[in-house]
Amino acid sequence: MTVKYEKTKGLTDKPLSYCPGCTHGIVHKLVGESLVELDILDRAIAIASVGCSVFSYQFFNCDAQQAPHGRACAEATGIKRVLPDNIVFTYQGDGDLASIGIAETIHAANRGENITVIFINNAIYGMTGGQMAPTSLIGQKTTTSQDGRNQADHGNPIKISEMFKTIEGVAYLERVAVNNPKNVIRAKKAIKKAFKYQKEKRGFTMIEVLSSCPVNWGMKPVDALKWIESDMIPNYPLGVFKDKGADDEKN
Amino acid sequence: MKKTSNVKVAGFGGQGVMMFGQVLAYSATKDELFGLWFPSYGPETRGGTANCSVIVSDKQINSPVFKNADHLVAFNLPSLEKFRTKVEKDGLILYNGSLIKDDVKEDNILCIGVPVNDIANDLGNVRVANMVMMGAYLELTKLFSDETIEAIIKKFLGERKADLLDINMKAIEKGKAFIKDLGVNYA
Amino acid sequence: MAKVLMKGNEAIALAAIKGGVDAFYGYPITPQNEVPEYLSKHLLANGKVFLQAESEVAAINMVYGAAGAGKRVMTSSSSPGIALKQEGISYIAAAELPCVIVSVMRGGPGLGGIQPSQADYYQATRGGGNGDYQLIVYAPESIQETIDIMKESFDIADYYRNPVMVLVDGLIGQMMESVDFDKPVKERFLPEKDWATNGTMNHPGKRNIANSLQIDPKALEQHNIHLQEKYNTVKKNEVRYELINFDDPEYVIVAYGTMARICRSAIELLEKEGISVGMIRPISLFPYPKEAFAKIPDKAKGILTCELSQGQMLDDVLIANNGKHKVGFFGRSGGMLPDPEEIVEAIKNFNERVVK
Repeated sequence: MTVKYEKTKGLTDKPLSYCPGCTHGIVHKLVGESLVELDILDRAIAIASVGCSVFSYQFFNCDAQQAPHGRACAEATGIKRVLPDNIVFTYQGDGDLASIGIAETIHAANRGENITVIFINNAIYGMTGGQMAPTSLIGQKTTTSQDGRNQADHGNPIKISEMFKTIEGVAYLERVAVNNPKNVIRAKKAIKKAFKYQKEKRGFTMIEVLSSCPVNWGMKPVDALKWIESDMIPNYPLGVFKDKGADDEKN
Repeated sequence: MKKTSNVKVAGFGGQGVMMFGQVLAYSATKDELFGLWFPSYGPETRGGTANCSVIVSDKQINSPVFKNADHLVAFNLPSLEKFRTKVEKDGLILYNGSLIKDDVKEDNILCIGVPVNDIANDLGNVRVANMVMMGAYLELTKLFSDETIEAIIKKFLGERKADLLDINMKAIEKGKAFIKDLGVNYA
Repeated sequence: MAKVLMKGNEAIALAAIKGGVDAFYGYPITPQNEVPEYLSKHLLANGKVFLQAESEVAAINMVYGAAGAGKRVMTSSSSPGIALKQEGISYIAAAELPCVIVSVMRGGPGLGGIQPSQADYYQATRGGGNGDYQLIVYAPESIQETIDIMKESFDIADYYRNPVMVLVDGLIGQMMESVDFDKPVKERFLPEKDWATNGTMNHPGKRNIANSLQIDPKALEQHNIHLQEKYNTVKKNEVRYELINFDDPEYVIVAYGTMARICRSAIELLEKEGISVGMIRPISLFPYPKEAFAKIPDKAKGILTCELSQGQMLDDVLIANNGKHKVGFFGRSGGMLPDPEEIVEAIKNFNERVVK
């Protein structure tokens, strides 16, 4: 019997702790596969953040550190500066990265820290039970915006990739989604490219992944994937925001 | 000399007050004594004067803070006024005679005005006024030898200002000569 | 090496280099700026890491990262900056990572001032971070002692896998003294850092995790018990203090850091007046030298706690004294430094200073 498909060695055998229908698992798989395919798993160090992915240090099959809320990019900087030949990546949600950790993330990007950030944007605080995130959409009902987010009180959804593309130290920046097979394949390519750039010491790389949270969105898993397409992508358009490698080739 | 000298050096910023103090602390260290220096650091900073405290001792220094100085070196009038009442009995007040024209008198304290600005101007550089004062101070206290002081000043000037060594040493010489001419003994 | 005259903050930096520091992460704040300034020049020139972070919060988490990676790491700051670092310090202590934190105290609370103070005794020994954790805290009294402790602190941090805090006041940071860098450091057996998160290529077949999360209460309690056992070992092995003039003292002063030096001079002045005063000088603030208090003669008239704060170490003195002697307090704060004569007066009027 020939083996057609195997679970990636980039993940441990620990069952994932995510809710049914949540797409964190897909992103974990894409990260694990990329580390294996680029042959960097044994020198990788993952930074788990605070949020649903707080346990991700149990899932990525490499060394890991668990960071205080928002501080993943600072911790990654600390490691990368003393171990420049290792591969260091953070795995952060939108509350962690775009709210409490925005300063650490911007400055790591601005210094061009040679790390990779996997940024999960699901427009909500998942772990704490569905509170409004800086990325929640206008009109989106959450436990702390029960009449829906409104611009006057809460501001607009923060567009991280659009912001970060202006930062010189960023070497690769793409927004992807994991709501259908085609997008998953694109996401895989993006994540792998980010790690490849880190391996080549090109600078700061970040992949923003539009991800689903059916439980806190109050939707069935399939409807949640549809909502990514119908509501999230129009607000958060997919695409490559910055690619220093391609720019270098052009010049 | 008394085994421990507590010195207060004060003046306007730019008169070389900090350097004066540091030269003493560096010299103490070079001569294998104990030296301690700290800048006006605390509420004393108010009032536009810079000052520092120096302790030179042949034994381990205890309190970095002293109530009264054994020696006060005052480069301007506000500094003299501020610290003249905080000098120990049998102490020494050296003041800038170029800026302070009145005779300074305190009971049981040797008070000497040295026209350091005038002497430095005669040498061609008013900025060495602090080293004229250093010469006067050393002639009175005999704390350090010329060799020690020269080595420390050399270090201060570095390669960039090495050409200023001569005028600095001349300034020290003039300061010493001024005290010798007065015929005063202190140490 | 012959003695050199050096500023306290620069001496801290050079001693850290002698202690084998691999990386420094910090953020500017007065009165400790000469520490990072010196290190930025000398660490980078020697292929080591120096990074000015975007905030104290980021700096301490960079320390966490590099400490977890198995390197010798430090940060330095002053009172409000240390306050911002408390979150990270709690995580580092929880994850049992070694690092050295230099705290150059200034007057508080709030932005306070930039003059020397000891008002962060609680911050150092009680901590503002969450949970049952302890730092190992040393409070040297001179630049020489600061150098000796700095050099050793990396070994102590590694040995216990615990953050060590070197706590000085702004005066020690800002003044210059004649110092010797060549005093030997006590040798300790330091095991390999086989727990470091430096990639599984360095430890095949085993994943290393630096973590403070224990979601299972049973496991978290076990972790706490383990930490307490460690702190008890520290209490047994690392207590440091000096007894000064302890032959039959009439009064005993308790003071640390710059205040202890001021009190040394006061004791000399009192001796001249025929009043014999001894001193307990805690060098380690955690572990606190409780046992020293048992050496105070029964007939001593009282203990005077002297601090550059409004009475923080006083708590530990009261605990250690356990009601045996009268305890008095003398404190200055906000950057005001007493001269030895003020301490002399406080001893002479001890009864007015007794804490009710």
